[in-house]
Amino acid sequence: MNHLGPNQLIYLVLAAQWTIVLSLIAFAGGAVLGLGLALARVSKIAALRLLASGYIQVIQGTPLLIVLFLSYFGLGIMGYKLVPLVAAGLSLTLYAGAFLGEIWRGCIEAVSKTQWEASDCLGLNRFQQYAYVILPQAVRLAIPPTVGFMVQIVKNTSLASVIGFVELSRAGQIVNNSTFEPFVVFSCVAAIYFALCYPLSLAARALERKSHAAK
Amino acid sequence: MCEFDTVERSSTSADRPLIMSYVLDFSFMAEKWPAFVAGAWLTIQLTVVSISLGFVVGTVCGLVRVYGHPLLRRLVGFYVEIIRNTPLLVQIFIVYFGLSSLGLKLSAEVSAIIALVVNMGAYTTEIMRAGIQSISRTQMEAADCLGLNRLQTIIHVVLLPAMERVYPALTSQFVLLMLASSITSQISAEELTATANLVQSDTYRSFEVYIVVAVVYLALSALYRLAFWAIGLVLFARRRRLGTALQ
Repeated sequence: MNHLGPNQLIYLVLAAQWTIVLSLIAFAGGAVLGLGLALARVSKIAALRLLASGYIQVIQGTPLLIVLFLSYFGLGIMGYKLVPLVAAGLSLTLYAGAFLGEIWRGCIEAVSKTQWEASDCLGLNRFQQYAYVILPQAVRLAIPPTVGFMVQIVKNTSLASVIGFVELSRAGQIVNNSTFEPFVVFSCVAAIYFALCYPLSLAARALERKSHAAK
Repeated sequence: MCEFDTVERSSTSADRPLIMSYVLDFSFMAEKWPAFVAGAWLTIQLTVVSISLGFVVGTVCGLVRVYGHPLLRRLVGFYVEIIRNTPLLVQIFIVYFGLSSLGLKLSAEVSAIIALVVNMGAYTTEIMRAGIQSISRTQMEAADCLGLNRLQTIIHVVLLPAMERVYPALTSQFVLLMLASSITSQISAEELTATANLVQSDTYRSFEVYIVVAVVYLALSALYRLAFWAIGLVLFARRRRLGTALQ
């Protein structure tokens, strides 16, 4: 029987790299999807607004675990090979997109209406209004809650272990299966997650304080 | 039931492309629906218990975080940060596998409830702290002048108005916990998701099974939102009378 030693700890830290990779994939994909959803939510076209809010309602009303299973088995049905990284990346993207879309919609709506009117008067078209007037102001509002949400993304990558993707949680299970010291092993796993998430939490709080002070 | 064509594969026969077709088949529901009902019922029981207990833990910790002894305040701060910065899955593993390896054997359901309560408590603490801090000192001085005792002041002057202010955040956290309870399937607490895992390994209809479960979860979150809205109506009589939020 093995004991928890330096080798096992190194294995955990190496697996944490995959947690980071998966988080980055989810954040990048979620950012693209979320921006689209946020813009659709404030669009002038009613159908787009309805579609986007319907999507957000559905994703926010189902557990991420179920979305994960659906994309894993759904991709299988469509005839693709079952690659856990793809299924996990896809479902985390769908999930992050819905939440970021909702956060960013709030930020876009928080930009004062007079900004829209002023840019209208200057003869900017809709695209220019977004690119030069509205989004730059919305981004400043959006940064603190977005950093805060990144903590959720990092934590939720742990669910990818369920479909067999070897990231930090799965690595913890593997190490535990050979050492039979679940309390110590999972405490180490939790400590590594904490080391990843806590700086993000602190940053989110500091940014929030700064943006409050600026007002 | 309903049929759809999916990805067009590269053609193997010369005359027409091979089309992968998959027929969605929900016929297993005729036989398996009682299992889903039982799973959903256990999910409801698990989450109602964890939300109630978690709310109590969070409210007490929230009060301690604002009014408590500095040392206790620090301690609650630690608790909140540790729980909020680690995944629920790992917390569940620590409670179920970790505690049993230390000699404390708990059933999957009890472990699930403990992990969910501890998790819920941390999030509720942060939300309630924000609400409690928003109650101005003069409110408590006024309560003193009216001769309310300490308990009455805390309940009527601090907690209820604080809760009224943070109620939307609180209820969406409750709904998130209900959804997160699906994770307890990983220690084989026989709730809705675990039922789905079981049924899909019986029927090999994985995609259909998870579609059914997704719809059930959607219905549950709608039900919970409705219930919390109704509870809000009962709890916040002042708001019902005046129709405005507290400022």
